[in-house]
Amino acid sequence: MTRFVLRRLLLALPALFGLLVLTFIMLRVLPSDPSAALAGENATPEQIAAVRKAYGFDEPIWKQFVIYVGQVARADLGNSIISNRPVASDIAWRLPATIELTFAALLFAALVGIPLGTMAAVWHNSPFDHVMRVVTVGGLAIASFWFAIILQIVFSMDLGWLPLRARYPDGVPPPTEITGLYLVDSLLTLRFDQFWASFKHIIMPAFTLSLGGLASIARFTRAGVLETMQKDFVHYAEAAGYARKRIIWVYVLRNSVVAATTQIGLLFGTLISSAVAVEAIFDWPGVGSYAVSAILTSDYKAVLAVTLIVGVIYAVVNIIVDVVHAMLDPRVAETL
Amino acid sequence: MLIVKKFLRDFPAVLGLLIITAVCLIAAFAPLLIPDADAVYFGNIIDRLKPPSAEYWFGTDNLGRDVFARVVMGTRGALIVALTVVALAIAIGVPAGLYAGYTNGWGSELIMRVTDVFLAVPQLILALAIAQLMGRGLESAMAALALTYWPFFCRTVYGEVRRVRNALFVEALQGLGASTSRILFVHVLPNVASPIIVRATIGMGFTILTTAVLGFLGIGAAPPSPDWGLAIAESREYLPESWWAVTFPGLAILITVLGFNLFGDGLRDLVDPRLRRSR
Repeated sequence: MTRFVLRRLLLALPALFGLLVLTFIMLRVLPSDPSAALAGENATPEQIAAVRKAYGFDEPIWKQFVIYVGQVARADLGNSIISNRPVASDIAWRLPATIELTFAALLFAALVGIPLGTMAAVWHNSPFDHVMRVVTVGGLAIASFWFAIILQIVFSMDLGWLPLRARYPDGVPPPTEITGLYLVDSLLTLRFDQFWASFKHIIMPAFTLSLGGLASIARFTRAGVLETMQKDFVHYAEAAGYARKRIIWVYVLRNSVVAATTQIGLLFGTLISSAVAVEAIFDWPGVGSYAVSAILTSDYKAVLAVTLIVGVIYAVVNIIVDVVHAMLDPRVAETL
Repeated sequence: MLIVKKFLRDFPAVLGLLIITAVCLIAAFAPLLIPDADAVYFGNIIDRLKPPSAEYWFGTDNLGRDVFARVVMGTRGALIVALTVVALAIAIGVPAGLYAGYTNGWGSELIMRVTDVFLAVPQLILALAIAQLMGRGLESAMAALALTYWPFFCRTVYGEVRRVRNALFVEALQGLGASTSRILFVHVLPNVASPIIVRATIGMGFTILTTAVLGFLGIGAAPPSPDWGLAIAESREYLPESWWAVTFPGLAILITVLGFNLFGDGLRDLVDPRLRRSR
């Protein structure tokens, strides 16, 4: 198992190194003169030269790259060209909000998607299955930013049931920080009023975000269950007289969901992509809305820092998923 | 004709094809379908934010422009953008995948490592970064989408070519002295075409969605373009009173993407018997 984890980590290294090269190219090489851009529009040639020296842009390209890698390793992603605050700490401060949102969405997607997919497989080619197919394809076809706005119109503006925006009511101190996740923190401090307030705020963003994931989870659960139901052990269990419900919901589901865990890594990419627009719409103070405001202000350093961090998190999530998969199914560990 | 029969029995896929046909027809004859071509760009400011009526089927937006006319004209833009992006991605990804799959050596290795890097970041995030770097505008958004989408084609083609490159017919061609490019483009390409077509169909829907996100965030199409994503962003301030100006462009996105996805799904069933009825 240790060997598997090590080999899996090694496999991720080339892509991560490539990502460093790519962001370096976009940060230093592609902008025609980064020193001129940094010095501002009305800078004199002497000022530009000073900036060039201060940032090391006069060094050879490979040396600049080594410096860049060193900075990234020390979690120094530079300062925002707009606010001049360190980008890395700004992102770190916003990370818990995004983690809370994506986890809530993933949890909801799995809790609803797995049973729906299983039912579609059990009753395959029935009207339920056909409806589910159109619904799941529709879930993948819906523009999440549009769906978010429609939810806002109906549930906040019209019915007034749920808060329109933000993560927590304005002007009220948020839950005591333990993990940074409001839902968890409020439960840990036994403040159920705070839990309820956070819960009401997360419902619409998390539901919007979960749509795409729910559709994919339902689809691959259906495929997995259909495949597993053909296996000999299922026929054996049937012949041995086990209750059909027990066969499907315990034995078949366990054997089909294991293979599907690898899909969660891919799903995470979809989730984080939709989170960009969804966070911006709900004013969710996470990494996605940070990326949007960075784009709107042309803060390319912040944009590339988000790209790099999302890439690293994406790689880590996929490694964790593969390791969990190998723990659930030891055959996988042998193939790598 | 067995394949046509099989396809016709697949109701969702037929529905998808019907939607795609309708959307293409709307895009082709867009100027004939709208009451007044000027209403797309020039509104009657007195008639601003009017609800749907017999005169304005989908209502009017904040500048008094006919939302129906803009949604119909937006169809054209959405299809052209998606076709261009997918075509560019195929033009880069397919030859790269063919070459990398067929040969061994540093060239092949380099292509696949670059592909890995591009796939290591979610496509939208990378596209946002590239589009922002190239400056705002529809052209740079399209270039960014194509630059981040080709690895998907490259990976698909690579896997398929690896599967067929040791086939007897390839060996025979090599023995006859056929050139590498002839083997790849005349003989190997048709054998790996079906996954490319499936990927392209689903990619059309996917690209329409991503373009809409870019338009919504303000780094795609620029005003006064009738782009769907942009229209939703522009009309957001006038909620909840003028819900129509946001709802109809979004429905247009949903229906169009649904068409491509349903059809792509059906195609995948047809060309890949292993996946049939177990998707």
